[in-house]
Amino acid sequence: MLALGQDEIAKYPFLADAGQYLKDKGFTLEQFGTDPDLKELIDKAYERIRVAADGKIYKSDLIEDQVSKEAALPREVFSFLLAIVLLKLSGMHTLIKRFSLAEARRAEKYLEKDLANISDESKKQLAIKIIDDLFSVQIEKLDDYFIIPVSDYLKHSINFHEREWKLINRHIENGQVFLTPHETVRLIRKELGTYINSKIVNAKAPTMIPGFEDSVNKLVMLSKKFSTFTVTTGEYPPCIKHAIDVLEKGENLPHSGRFMLATFLLSKGQSIQQIAPLFKNAPDYNERVTLYQLNHLSGTSGSGTQYSCPSCEKLKTQSLCFATSECDNIISPLQFGKKRK
Amino acid sequence: MNEIDIKFLENVFKKYYFEHFDLIRVPERTSEREFGYQKFNSGMTRHISVKDDKELHLLLMQNIPSDVYCSNAYYTFPNLPMNEKDWKEADLIFDIDAKDLNLSCRVNHTISICNVCNEISNNSEKCLKCNSTKLEKKSLPCKNCIDSSKTEVLKLTEILINDFSINKDDIHVYFSGNEGFHIYVYNSQLQQIGSRERSELVDYVMFNGAIPEKFGMKKFKPNRNSFPDFGGSGWRGRFSKYVFGSKSKRSKIISELISNGYSSFQKTLDDVSKNIGTKIDPNVTMDIHRIFRLPGSINSKSGLTKIYCKDLKKFDAYADSSFLSEDIVEVLANCPIEFKLKNKRFGPYNNEKVSVPTFTAVYMICKKLATIA
Ligand code: SF4
Ligand SMILES: [Zn+2]
Ligand SMILES: [Zn+2]
Repeated sequence: MLALGQDEIAKYPFLADAGQYLKDKGFTLEQFGTDPDLKELIDKAYERIRVAADGKIYKSDLIEDQVSKEAALPREVFSFLLAIVLLKLSGMHTLIKRFSLAEARRAEKYLEKDLANISDESKKQLAIKIIDDLFSVQIEKLDDYFIIPVSDYLKHSINFHEREWKLINRHIENGQVFLTPHETVRLIRKELGTYINSKIVNAKAPTMIPGFEDSVNKLVMLSKKFSTFTVTTGEYPPCIKHAIDVLEKGENLPHSGRFMLATFLLSKGQSIQQIAPLFKNAPDYNERVTLYQLNHLSGTSGSGTQYSCPSCEKLKTQSLCFATSECDNIISPLQFGKKRK
Repeated sequence: MNEIDIKFLENVFKKYYFEHFDLIRVPERTSEREFGYQKFNSGMTRHISVKDDKELHLLLMQNIPSDVYCSNAYYTFPNLPMNEKDWKEADLIFDIDAKDLNLSCRVNHTISICNVCNEISNNSEKCLKCNSTKLEKKSLPCKNCIDSSKTEVLKLTEILINDFSINKDDIHVYFSGNEGFHIYVYNSQLQQIGSRERSELVDYVMFNGAIPEKFGMKKFKPNRNSFPDFGGSGWRGRFSKYVFGSKSKRSKIISELISNGYSSFQKTLDDVSKNIGTKIDPNVTMDIHRIFRLPGSINSKSGLTKIYCKDLKKFDAYADSSFLSEDIVEVLANCPIEFKLKNKRFGPYNNEKVSVPTFTAVYMICKKLATIA
């Protein structure tokens, strides 16, 4: 893996091999539970998780990206590593998710700064290398921009729903997409979060360590706050209602509209036998073809992949969206009518 | 289709595959492709793997298919069920079809065949004889259809070459054998992207989903300097050429755009999309598991060959794609509009017995507008 300096480990602690790092520093987990000086670090680790759970980014002891004093550096890394231990001991998955995301956001800030660094070439190179190693995205510098191949760009950007990330709204030349340092890092946010998350999930779960119990219990309490449940109104969104109307009137619904309707209803758990009759009035209705297509979409035949309902963004570009105020803040018709409580 | 017509078509197709195997373009890495075929009046047989040219030839001779297909995807096990095939990558394919272009000529050469009473009439909504609405539409595309499709092909290839740096030699254009073109892109960085990524690519070439900010119009305090330059790269350049018309008009039009405001600019973008966006069938490009008509094979909708277009500009669809014999056959034709094949005019035929060359007979029989007399 990457050879990291002290500062780098503090900025990107997830790159370090946790167990090895502690050993190198001459500590065991048990010591943290018993030694009163070290125990403070467990509280710090808890704090790091709590802040993350609140959706904020943990404010580190690093000033700018320099370590303020000798001692701050190991503490910075320790609190991250201990946070992982606490999370594993608590077994609370919602917290792990939130923590990974917050840590990703934190690292993102450093990556962005390092990428934009013009005075220190080595910092920039390291950031490029991290991106390259972790996400296999080859980035290159061109004037004030970073450029990446369109195919790499697409793999990451399709998870974004804001229109400015659509390929049509990017500057493209020679099969490369031009990005600012900020955009470059933003592009891999999800992968960064997933990477950190998988590191935590795959870490060996320790058995309870004396001195860790209190914080672990506090985490279990904390995670209760975040369990959510949803209620649904059972109403169809306007786009779906419209499509059904069109079909009922015996008018022609474009292929994209049928695709939307079928995938939506399949996702809602309706069966092919329930859905097929909807298409009966279509001018070109053919039972065999319709069943074939529905089977294909549901993944029971053909490719075996179940097709998912298109996003609102996509449906807008296909002129299938008939948004009302109830559609505010949703990105897929599947989210329509679901309210968080 | 009745037995006699099927026998006739089968004989003609068999002869074609015997004599013109050289026209068939067996795709590279043949053994990694999925093949499929259809026979007259029966369903699709797919999930076939073929080792090489020879085996393909044999398959065609033995089965005399009405249509032959081959995947754009490469698989480890092309003959297994879909989810066990192990998808590796897929050539990028675009489909440009005259029927998607909303051309005004279309009504003039569309025929309605009643599914109930078989009555044939010029394009109409209801059967004139029995009032049924179960009509099958058949189009006999005209020169305008082909020329307009060609324009779209050129728009597309220009984007592929300029914006995506795709090698001209890696773009192959085929006439579909009916009323459009299939554009294949080989060896590009886009081989491995999945369906959702391809859908973004589709929006790009169609100019779908553009936002005003990226084309110069800010929501607040719009600034003249951010509008695209006349010679800008990619869509900014094409946008600028289309909207400004000429360099000299740029400044005046920018003033107009700014004074019309943000939401009117969004309308301008939609308008641009309709005019300079490429009109492709998005579903074709998005589907990475589809099987496509095999280049060089006959399209049973017309009896014409899906043929490689070496020089698109000079390509004459209804002359250069017809390879069937000139032997005269007698058919009972019911084709109310005129059409042109191999530079000869045919029709209209009003339920009459006529003697026509084989290629013409096949064309009409395939379109259900004639039967062997
Ligand atoms: S916003 Fe989404 S859910 Fe609402 S109508 Fe449009 S596509 Fe449908
Ligand atoms: Zn009728
Ligand atoms: Zn036409």
